[in-house]
Amino acid sequence: MKTPEAIKEFGFWSLFFLIFGLAPILDNSEYHLMLATHILIWGMFAVAFNMLFGVTGMLSFGQALYYGVGAYSVGLLVRGFGDTWFLPSIIVGLLVAVAVSVLLGLLVIRVSGVYFTVLTLAFGQLAWQVTLKWYHFTGGDDGIQSIIPPGLLGNNRVYYWFTLALVALSILALKRLVNSPLGLTLRCIRQNPERVRFLGRRVRRNELRVYVVSSFFAALAGCLMAGADNSIHPDMFYWTTSGEVILMAVIGGIGQFFGPFIGAAVIIIIQDYVGARTEYWSLIIGLIMMTMVLLFPQGLVGEIRSLRTRLVSGERNRS
Amino acid sequence: MDPSFILMQFLSGLMMATLLFLVASGLTLIFGVGNVFNFAHGSFYMIGAYLAFQVVSSCHANFWLSVLAAALGAGALGMFAEATFLRRIYGRSQEGGFQILLTYSFILIIDDLVKLIWGTEYKSLQRPEGFKGAVNFFGLTIPSYNLAIIGIGILVVVVAWLILSRTRPGRIARAAALDREMLGSLGINVPLTMTLVFGIATAMGGFAGALAAPLRSVSPGAGIEVIIDSLIVVVIGGMGNFWGAWLGALILGEVNAFAIATAPDWASLFSYLVMALTLIFKPEGIFSSRRVRKV
Repeated sequence: MKTPEAIKEFGFWSLFFLIFGLAPILDNSEYHLMLATHILIWGMFAVAFNMLFGVTGMLSFGQALYYGVGAYSVGLLVRGFGDTWFLPSIIVGLLVAVAVSVLLGLLVIRVSGVYFTVLTLAFGQLAWQVTLKWYHFTGGDDGIQSIIPPGLLGNNRVYYWFTLALVALSILALKRLVNSPLGLTLRCIRQNPERVRFLGRRVRRNELRVYVVSSFFAALAGCLMAGADNSIHPDMFYWTTSGEVILMAVIGGIGQFFGPFIGAAVIIIIQDYVGARTEYWSLIIGLIMMTMVLLFPQGLVGEIRSLRTRLVSGERNRS
Repeated sequence: MDPSFILMQFLSGLMMATLLFLVASGLTLIFGVGNVFNFAHGSFYMIGAYLAFQVVSSCHANFWLSVLAAALGAGALGMFAEATFLRRIYGRSQEGGFQILLTYSFILIIDDLVKLIWGTEYKSLQRPEGFKGAVNFFGLTIPSYNLAIIGIGILVVVVAWLILSRTRPGRIARAAALDREMLGSLGINVPLTMTLVFGIATAMGGFAGALAAPLRSVSPGAGIEVIIDSLIVVVIGGMGNFWGAWLGALILGEVNAFAIATAPDWASLFSYLVMALTLIFKPEGIFSSRRVRKV
């Protein structure tokens, strides 16, 4: 049975593997390889973020916290115990992120709406300040440099395939989650939390679950980024990181599962092109954000989809 | 700890509290009346500081005149932003999220515009004539400008309370907070009311920024620091609650003052601690009767 949803999913995956599978084979440039790695990592981060905002309606402005936790777990362990710790440190980072997100989640899901956004932002900034000030542990403003993954992973090309595999698995897992009964409950929470309670589902427990899941993948993105860039810095915790991932989701379309991934690709390509030519990058992303919110609130993927629906139904009406 | 140290920190906390209150009251006003969350409120604070700096340096105007000009300028810009952009998304589904996103885009745009106009270096203002020295206060020397700020804060609290509770515009604003549709059917121009309230709120932000300019130098990016502080204030006090903002500012100001005096490196962490405690024990804020969770 082929539903439109299944066709769309099939379309995404075939495009995904076509582009990201062939790109490093056809294009030899190291720079483009790095760009593709970044798109994969941020794409997964944005899809995971959208589990909170687009699916459940919880706008977190603090996902940078988990991204930073992942990156710093890898950075600190590799700096302290050598590069053989690279892979175990990813697992450590994910465990730390789960622990932190459960504790913090219990606190922040006590409130909803704007308050939730504000709190997540505040705790994210708290983590940023601690990272900046705790100089002898985190390296403060200097960050940590030369985090080289061990053995074969040290090769950028091999690392790219490693990232591609992990990102594909993660997005697949998130997609399954959205289609699961939990995903259905989450979408119901966005639309009418009160009714979800009438139906005997616990709103807060499910909110906590999706918060932990989203944070887990944000941390994975941070871990992968530490190996991809070979360096980390406290700005990974800064609120603009959270803002950037929100922008990616909004550009791609928060109502679409794969939208944020497309949004990440668009932003990274624009950033690569424009960021090199102007120092007023935040003015540009501000204008993009404003245009999307005012004129195209469904995002690129959502708007294209509704345009197509309109065209198709228009034809039907004429015939 | 000797009593003079405590009194000194208390007064310095009171001054911080006054500035915090002036910023946070604008944020809480527009949230309480219009249900609009202005994430860019801190950017209007920053604009106020820059405008005051500009008026003083280019017109050699009196300091108090420049504060007034800054408040008016920030208010006018706020009204423009509300009438041109924010108004378009009222009533949309998931409106709260989109408000945050739209006002977030204001932060980014204003930050870079400020950089374009005034550059990235720190700007500071002289204290006004007559408030450059210090006064003797129970054997302590207190900068007289700090006392002036505390006085202005008390004045603003009283005037704002009088306007909100005793005048017709105040009653309209409170009615808008309860039921905008009903207010419209009574013949009040609701969109205009919203624009004006937004203008007053941002003017208060600009006013606070201009008053703070002689104490803290301003630079681009000041907006986000201010917004986080004022958010902590409204979370402690209860969003949309005037007296809550006052109490929240007082608590945060005093906590900050004593933290800076005792553990300067980690002072900013204490604000978060207070906020976390509030959330654990009274998530709707100390003063609020409004329920935070709709569920």
